[in-house]
Amino acid sequence: MTETHAPSYNYTVVRRFAVMTVIWGIVGMAVGVLIAAQLLWPELNFDIPWLTYSRLRPLHTNAVIFAFGGCALMCTSLYVVQRTCQAPLFSNFLAGFVFWGWQLVIVLAAISLPLGFTSGKEYAELEWPIDILITLVWVAYAIVFFGTIMKRKSPHIYVANWFYGAFILTVAILHLVNSAAIPLSFTKSYSMYAGAVDAMIQWWYGHNAVGFFLTAGFLGMMYYYVPKQAGRPVYSYRLSIVHFWALVSIYMWAGPHHLHFTALPDWAQSLGMIMSIILLAPSWGGMINGIMTLSGAWHKLRTDPILKFLIVSLSFYGMSTFEGPMMSIKTVNALSHYTEWTIGHVHSGALGWVAFISIGAMYYMLPRMFGQKEMYSVKLINWHFWVATVGVVLYIAAMWIAGVMEGLMWRAFNDDGTLTYSFVQSLEAKYPYYAIRLVGGALFLSGMFIMAYNMLKTIYAPKPSSADQTQPAVA
Amino acid sequence: MDMNTFRGLETVALLVLFIGLVIWAYSSKRKKDFDEAANMPLNEDDDGIDHSMNAAKKQKNQGE
Repeated sequence: MTETHAPSYNYTVVRRFAVMTVIWGIVGMAVGVLIAAQLLWPELNFDIPWLTYSRLRPLHTNAVIFAFGGCALMCTSLYVVQRTCQAPLFSNFLAGFVFWGWQLVIVLAAISLPLGFTSGKEYAELEWPIDILITLVWVAYAIVFFGTIMKRKSPHIYVANWFYGAFILTVAILHLVNSAAIPLSFTKSYSMYAGAVDAMIQWWYGHNAVGFFLTAGFLGMMYYYVPKQAGRPVYSYRLSIVHFWALVSIYMWAGPHHLHFTALPDWAQSLGMIMSIILLAPSWGGMINGIMTLSGAWHKLRTDPILKFLIVSLSFYGMSTFEGPMMSIKTVNALSHYTEWTIGHVHSGALGWVAFISIGAMYYMLPRMFGQKEMYSVKLINWHFWVATVGVVLYIAAMWIAGVMEGLMWRAFNDDGTLTYSFVQSLEAKYPYYAIRLVGGALFLSGMFIMAYNMLKTIYAPKPSSADQTQPAVA
Repeated sequence: MDMNTFRGLETVALLVLFIGLVIWAYSSKRKKDFDEAANMPLNEDDDGIDHSMNAAKKQKNQGE
């Protein structure tokens, strides 16, 4: 590709990650829709071991978090760091390695998980050879990112880069500690830790994967793309600094709330609960900072569907970061734990917050990375927005009802002390809500197809500022 | 020192650190710097569009 651009920013790697974000989004969400359908119709695994729920579920979570979310984070972080530091990437070679290495990790995950190779650690299922590859790619990513920051023009490091930096650094630590394992063979390993310690390390990892991968990284996105799309500086830069330090220092301690009423020592559970409740403050500080950026320009929400995606993502962020601390309270957790409520909570964060802000950011990135001012069809972005919104709402509402219902059924006792309902009865009661969830998920996925169509039309649209207007589009 | 006294002092130290951070961030001396920082994404030197994509396509089309 010819680089005629003056400061010679590396947009190649950004462009590739942007396209792959949409593609992996479709793949990951399609697997999600399939396993949602399997819960309704178990025959949909066709008696093929590779297609069983137990193997496809980790594939779904890995694909949406690390493939879709990961590509979105790498795409935007490598763009934002160049633009706000006014410096091209530290190394184009390493940037290329990060892209192809990450794609290889994703492909290996998509092969090894259905084959049944797993370390059994949630959100860290990949076996040790892939874990080593992830480490190499991540180190390269860190070198590219922090190396670019070192080349910056102005002394100040913009707040978005602080969040991206915290995400890159912390995920490296989490991955190294939690993936420490003793290999038995090329495809099987056992965790270095045992018992309750293993469980605590797993959920220290698991919750910080939420806190740093799915939150800090995407907050970096928020601090760049919301001001850009709104055309206004962030509501309070001072708040963003307090937000950053409070969020990163408190998130680290919230993990034990995943292990309420388990063999984990009681004091550790209570500590996790307290830290989770405190976490509400920085979470909402950040949300308010993002939404209030629009203060005085609310009318833009009416006409700009990209802004709709960004601002509604913050509403979902606020909602799920209120719900999370609430669910971490032991008495609430006694009802919600192991129920569909947790699934609803996760998806209000994953679809409503992470996917919405990524989609908004990609609608900003895609046209720019293909030499266009805006997407092929703004109308279709609006369609995507509404289809996705209805999908999320159906999904979350169905899971809330199903979760609270089954939680109540599990704890119902007869006068003589026997259980009122069998497990199967609670399962049967959930069927209608599984169906509603499937519809919600399918709607969200169809929104991604609208996006893919819009993306293709944008890629192959005639270029505005060049002389080839008379030429037919390459499509 | 008793471990629990140490833990208590640690908590106090973190609280003081946090209050210090808030005072630092909200001091009027830094207002100008932070206003400048907040405008960093809006004061970029170009439109963020990869125009080289157009040039590449143009060359390709001319070559055909």
